[in-house]
Amino acid sequence: MSSDRLFGLVVLMVALAFIASATQVQTSFLQDPVGPKTFPILIGVVSAISALVMIFKPDPDPQWPASRTLLNLFIALVVLIAYAFALKPFGFLLPTAVTAAVLSYQISPRAVPAMLTGVGLSIGLFVLFKYALKLGLVPFPKGVFG
Amino acid sequence: MDMLANLSLGFSIALSPYTLMLAVIGCFLGTMIGALPGLGPSNGVAILIPITFTLGLDATSALVLMTSVYYGAMYGGRISSILLNIPGDEPALMTTLDGYPMAKNGRAADALVLSGVASFVGALLATIGLMLLAPTLARIAFKFGPAEYFALYLLAFCTLGGVASNNQAKSAIACCIGLGIAMIGVDSSSGLPRFTGGNMHIMDGIDFLVAIVGLFAIAEVFFFIEGHGKNSSIGVKLGKVRIPWSDIFEVKWVMLRTSLLGFIAGILPGAGASLGSFLAYMSEKSIAGKDGGFGTGVPKGVAAPEAGNNAAAGGALVPMLTLGVPGSGTTAVLLALLMTLNITPGPTLFTDRPEVVWGLIASLLIANVVLLLMNVPLVSFFVRILQVPAWILLPGVTMISFVGIYSLSGSYFDLLLMVAFGVLGYVLRKLDVPTVPVILGILLGGHMEDKLRQAMVLSEGDPLYLLTSTPIALGLWIAAIVGFVAPMFLRGVLKKPQRVTD
Repeated sequence: MSSDRLFGLVVLMVALAFIASATQVQTSFLQDPVGPKTFPILIGVVSAISALVMIFKPDPDPQWPASRTLLNLFIALVVLIAYAFALKPFGFLLPTAVTAAVLSYQISPRAVPAMLTGVGLSIGLFVLFKYALKLGLVPFPKGVFG
Repeated sequence: MDMLANLSLGFSIALSPYTLMLAVIGCFLGTMIGALPGLGPSNGVAILIPITFTLGLDATSALVLMTSVYYGAMYGGRISSILLNIPGDEPALMTTLDGYPMAKNGRAADALVLSGVASFVGALLATIGLMLLAPTLARIAFKFGPAEYFALYLLAFCTLGGVASNNQAKSAIACCIGLGIAMIGVDSSSGLPRFTGGNMHIMDGIDFLVAIVGLFAIAEVFFFIEGHGKNSSIGVKLGKVRIPWSDIFEVKWVMLRTSLLGFIAGILPGAGASLGSFLAYMSEKSIAGKDGGFGTGVPKGVAAPEAGNNAAAGGALVPMLTLGVPGSGTTAVLLALLMTLNITPGPTLFTDRPEVVWGLIASLLIANVVLLLMNVPLVSFFVRILQVPAWILLPGVTMISFVGIYSLSGSYFDLLLMVAFGVLGYVLRKLDVPTVPVILGILLGGHMEDKLRQAMVLSEGDPLYLLTSTPIALGLWIAAIVGFVAPMFLRGVLKKPQRVTD
């Protein structure tokens, strides 16, 4: 199935779910004539119509990346998600160095420059943000340096 | 005259050493950001917003900094367009058509200086236009009631999607995605939650900064990974940089005409710098005729789109400041900045906080002059910046985005949302669905709904009030519908010129 049709289908499902969810919104007794349901339902209807148009008149497929590249993208995604979770408990320097190194490796697969980039960016950005811009960043995890 | 008094007020604020320094820093940063392919003005301004906020700058200083970055990025976009044939952002596409051939002919330095001068003229004339037009428009804006505002927002959404993209259904979906996301959270009128699923983190709604940084910057990283950072190295030599006075003299009328055209194009909500540069190039091409040599590297072909797009960028500030409706993607980001600073653009901005507006206008003039002076001698330095490899740059950009967003809220959930928006941005761009309407929807969705409800309260439930409240509302509705439908028919007539391929 072409990408556009797939996307149209997904949007249609989401639009229907949106409309259904909108009808469930609680309404208070003090209400204006429109109410909190109308605008979402309107949006849902417009999306559904546009999605149907997309399904019936799809554009040519874009170039999706090869599976090797998809794997790279997926790794990058996982690393970024892990970074979001790791920032609070682990401080700034370690997770940033790891994430920057992994991203650099994904873009250009050379291990040593990637690692240097990671460490360099991590320290450089930390200095920039903490001392030049005075943002409050915790460098190390709580247990390590008092 | 009233305007001169206001202008002197503005200059007294803008000429302070601190604000001047900010303007210079902003121009410098902006030019670098605009020159680097893949970053562009919207991304650059978006990433810097959380940082500006946490720096604790006051409203005028923050505005000066960010608009200098904005203008600087527009100037910077031409550097990669001319030297690398990679447009720094969408408006710069037109500059590649004659800029790159000119560079290949060995006149890269001339092309760069010429576009710098043309950008200056365009931006200067647009700023003057802004000074003249904005107060008048602000006074008209006082007459705008909720029905008019609703129609105006509708016009912005319809034209933004319509003109910029190839497929109306996709732009409609993009607008709806944005508006739908704006609905998440506690409803402003009734105080009851919508679409939150009981999740505490999104009770507050989804922050537009998270969306902007995710959709623009994080998605860019994914694209770079996919392309394995394949960045063609500079194939054209720079040569000695000197000022091509004869060329500048030759194009003076072109610059004036295209600045006017660009300014008008920029004012229309939804159309922006891309439309300005497109119209400027096409009109000058037809005026020059077959002997004009457009496409082979003619000075006019560089000056026209550059003046046009800078004028349009200035023009786009007009509806943003007076009505609070962004005229383009980058002005949408600027609007986000203003809202972060707790400034509500609109007619009241001119009466309540004139020092902000006039200080901004004065600093725009200063920024234009600074940029021109900086660009001509510093061109070779900026070119060296372009040599920074992608595998250092993109991880840096990502980390800066994360730090920026994290410094705003300190919540890991926002970071997750940002990554999710990055994925969404990647998918949308792959499918040729425009992302700017999504941003616009998130920014304006709440307001649009509020205006709808206020209008209904005023009319006591009569939907025709939306159309008939004043002739302005009716006119805006018609313009909106035309703006949405027309591109479907005009697509055959107005064909976008394709990029120069080697």
